[in-house]
Amino acid sequence: MTGAAPLGSCSNILRVSGPLLEATAITKSFGAIRALQRVSFELRAGEVHALVGENGAGKSTFIKIVTGAEHADSGSLRVAGQTVERIDPSAARAQGIAAIYQQPALFPHLSVAENIALATGPGGTRRIDWRARSRRAAELLARVGAAIDPARLVETLTMPEQQLVEIAKALGTDARVLIMDEPTASLTDREVDHLLHIVAGLRDSGHGVIYISHRMEEIFAVANRITVLRDGSSVATLPTADVSRAQLIALMVGRELASVYPKRPVVAGDAALELRAIGNRASGVHDVSLSVRRGEIVGIAGLVGSGRTELAETVFGLTPADSGQIVVSGRPVIVDSPSTAIDAGIAYVPEDRRQHGVVLEMSVAANTTLASLNDVAAHGLIDRERERQQARRYVDRFRVKTPSVDAAVGTLSGGNQQKVALARWLSTNPTVLLLDEPTQGVDVGAKAEIHGLMQELVEQGLAILMISSELPEILGMSDRIVVMREGTIRGILDRSEASQARILALALGDAAVHDAPSSPGDNASQQGRRC
Amino acid sequence: MLTHHRRELSVAATIAALALVLAAVRPAFFASDNLLDLFLASMPVLIVALGATMVILTGNIDISVGSAFAVCSVAAGVAAKAGLPMPLVVVAVCAVGALLGAINGVLVAYVRIPSIVVTLATMVAIRDGLRWITQGEWVQDLPAGFQWLGSSQGIYPFLAAAITAALAIGLWWILGNLPAGRAVYATGSNQTAARLAGLRVELVTASVFALAGGLTGLAAILNGVRFNQIPSNAGLGLEMKVIAAVVVGGTAITGGRGTVAGTVLGVVLLGMIGPALTFLGVSAYWERALQGSIILAAVAFDALRVAPRTHPRVAASAT
Repeated sequence: MTGAAPLGSCSNILRVSGPLLEATAITKSFGAIRALQRVSFELRAGEVHALVGENGAGKSTFIKIVTGAEHADSGSLRVAGQTVERIDPSAARAQGIAAIYQQPALFPHLSVAENIALATGPGGTRRIDWRARSRRAAELLARVGAAIDPARLVETLTMPEQQLVEIAKALGTDARVLIMDEPTASLTDREVDHLLHIVAGLRDSGHGVIYISHRMEEIFAVANRITVLRDGSSVATLPTADVSRAQLIALMVGRELASVYPKRPVVAGDAALELRAIGNRASGVHDVSLSVRRGEIVGIAGLVGSGRTELAETVFGLTPADSGQIVVSGRPVIVDSPSTAIDAGIAYVPEDRRQHGVVLEMSVAANTTLASLNDVAAHGLIDRERERQQARRYVDRFRVKTPSVDAAVGTLSGGNQQKVALARWLSTNPTVLLLDEPTQGVDVGAKAEIHGLMQELVEQGLAILMISSELPEILGMSDRIVVMREGTIRGILDRSEASQARILALALGDAAVHDAPSSPGDNASQQGRRC
Repeated sequence: MLTHHRRELSVAATIAALALVLAAVRPAFFASDNLLDLFLASMPVLIVALGATMVILTGNIDISVGSAFAVCSVAAGVAAKAGLPMPLVVVAVCAVGALLGAINGVLVAYVRIPSIVVTLATMVAIRDGLRWITQGEWVQDLPAGFQWLGSSQGIYPFLAAAITAALAIGLWWILGNLPAGRAVYATGSNQTAARLAGLRVELVTASVFALAGGLTGLAAILNGVRFNQIPSNAGLGLEMKVIAAVVVGGTAITGGRGTVAGTVLGVVLLGMIGPALTFLGVSAYWERALQGSIILAAVAFDALRVAPRTHPRVAASAT
């Protein structure tokens, strides 16, 4: 245990009697979506306080508020007993709050010493004392037990080394509150062990650590207390000793379905899409076999980074499969680009509409026909009237709220943008529709409408493959549920046998998380993945 | 409709205001000789700017057009001296331009080098290559049929005007009515979304560069035939005039938004400034300063208009 001893002997930690950080009744909404509802949270000195919850439970929003990246609508924040009125990122740093994210935020082309000095050293116009910088960096790195040459460029460091630099940086700013958001997501087991030692060392030296992770082992290994967030509310804060893993999962998911899903059974037809052991080396997807029949909705569950979106991108030809076979309506097809996927009858409504789904500057009509321009063109000429008619049909059918089909899509609300994206893809007359987070960021009403549309579409014989981070949505809408972890399928559950706990257990790998062998290739791909 | 064409209208209003001032103070500005000079000087800029509009619409930029213009001008002279019939000279020069553009386009679209870097390199390489080959000499002793494209000094302006108008209208029509035009806007507006929609964004990008090159060739020959010799340093600084006109005309430098009409108006406005200042008795030194101010005003106008849209989350969380 190399990390803890020097940390323990560190004397510049201010000892305060009360909590280091106290958030009371924090509420935050984004438009119609309530991200946090009267969340209270307390972090004491010398404690690791784990924050757990499903994707979208409000963990990230809470962290953003504590670090000043977002402002709470109401509620109060006290740091070291002092009420903080308005906190912004620089004020948070000054208050001794430092956050370390899954993807380190370092300057890749600068040296380790420079990265640390930029955060900790005096700014201004004084001449840089390179030797002092280097000495200071070495000292801080030693405190986290990292044998890294301060002169190395950050781009040459591995992911765990970068994380250690981040921690050293935080220590250099005399941070007393360290927030670690999924710090182990891209680490191997040994690296995780080392990191956990460091975290324990920080705890023992009187720091407070807010630790966010999906990995149960880590939480039970390192946390003193656990706070569970669910749907933006804090449902429990418990000492780690008083809770079992099963109880914790139950707390994370245990709720009634928030709304009634319009799912009705449809007599499933022939297989619309079959994937036979497909994989893509670069994105880490491997050995995925599944089939979706006409009239069927298959849900894909899994944690962020489990390879769900990567799978959809492979099926749609963005990152063409380098192994396996894709079969549409019984015919093997070669999908090497989105246009071949569209020709084969595959449509893809991507996650993150604003970036990938709709073209904000273009009109509703132009967006609707963008993937099927040849259908509204006569002799190679766009028939504007036919284009508008087609758009109007979808606007009526989907109840898109827009002043006219000539309005720019950027002026519509999120739910209506999503409906336009759907219209674009249905215009291509697909056999199978891939939906990636179809209701992310849309309000409750639009969400129900989109679910209703999905039901209508499968009744008309479409096959839908739906990726969602929302377990109620997965459970409510899917006929079958595919659970992914680490780039491949870890289980397929029938609607009747699925439950939130079972899905989560498969997605987390439960006891098996750390036992799963992780090849170097896997890790490289995980590092490249967005979070 | 008015809000859609706000930029075109404000540029048109500026032109009208300038024209009114000139009409009141210096009516001689509107003498036909002066207007003819103005047109002939602006015509090559406009033709090149039409191509540049397409390139900029896809979110790229081409700063090598001035150098390509020089190569095409010299090529026109050499081809004519070699005895090629004029129609073939025109075709050959456009092909040379299109080839130069296609080289840029392929490097940008398929090799994925940023267009500013690619065209900076080709701008320098082409210009210096030409200087080396010609040793700085001008092309002289052009055959009789070369000047005025074989027509006469009196007819040529009408011919040139007809060609330019046909090009502008044709391009406007293509952008509005062909799937290819839609693909240009979509590629520049959101390349990922365009690719997801099955558009071949690489092909679109490479094509607009080639097309812009072809138009540069045409501009070079229409300009070259006005003189009896061809300078080997033709088109110096042309890229700046062209980009300025396109931007002033309301095409977003980031791509995805802009119109042919805006570009036409931008060329007219910037082309008018210099002669107008001369007529108004203002020192010609102010011309560039004023042009610069207009460009800055246009870009600032864009930035202010676009700003609220690019931060939807901030706007949403502020409510």
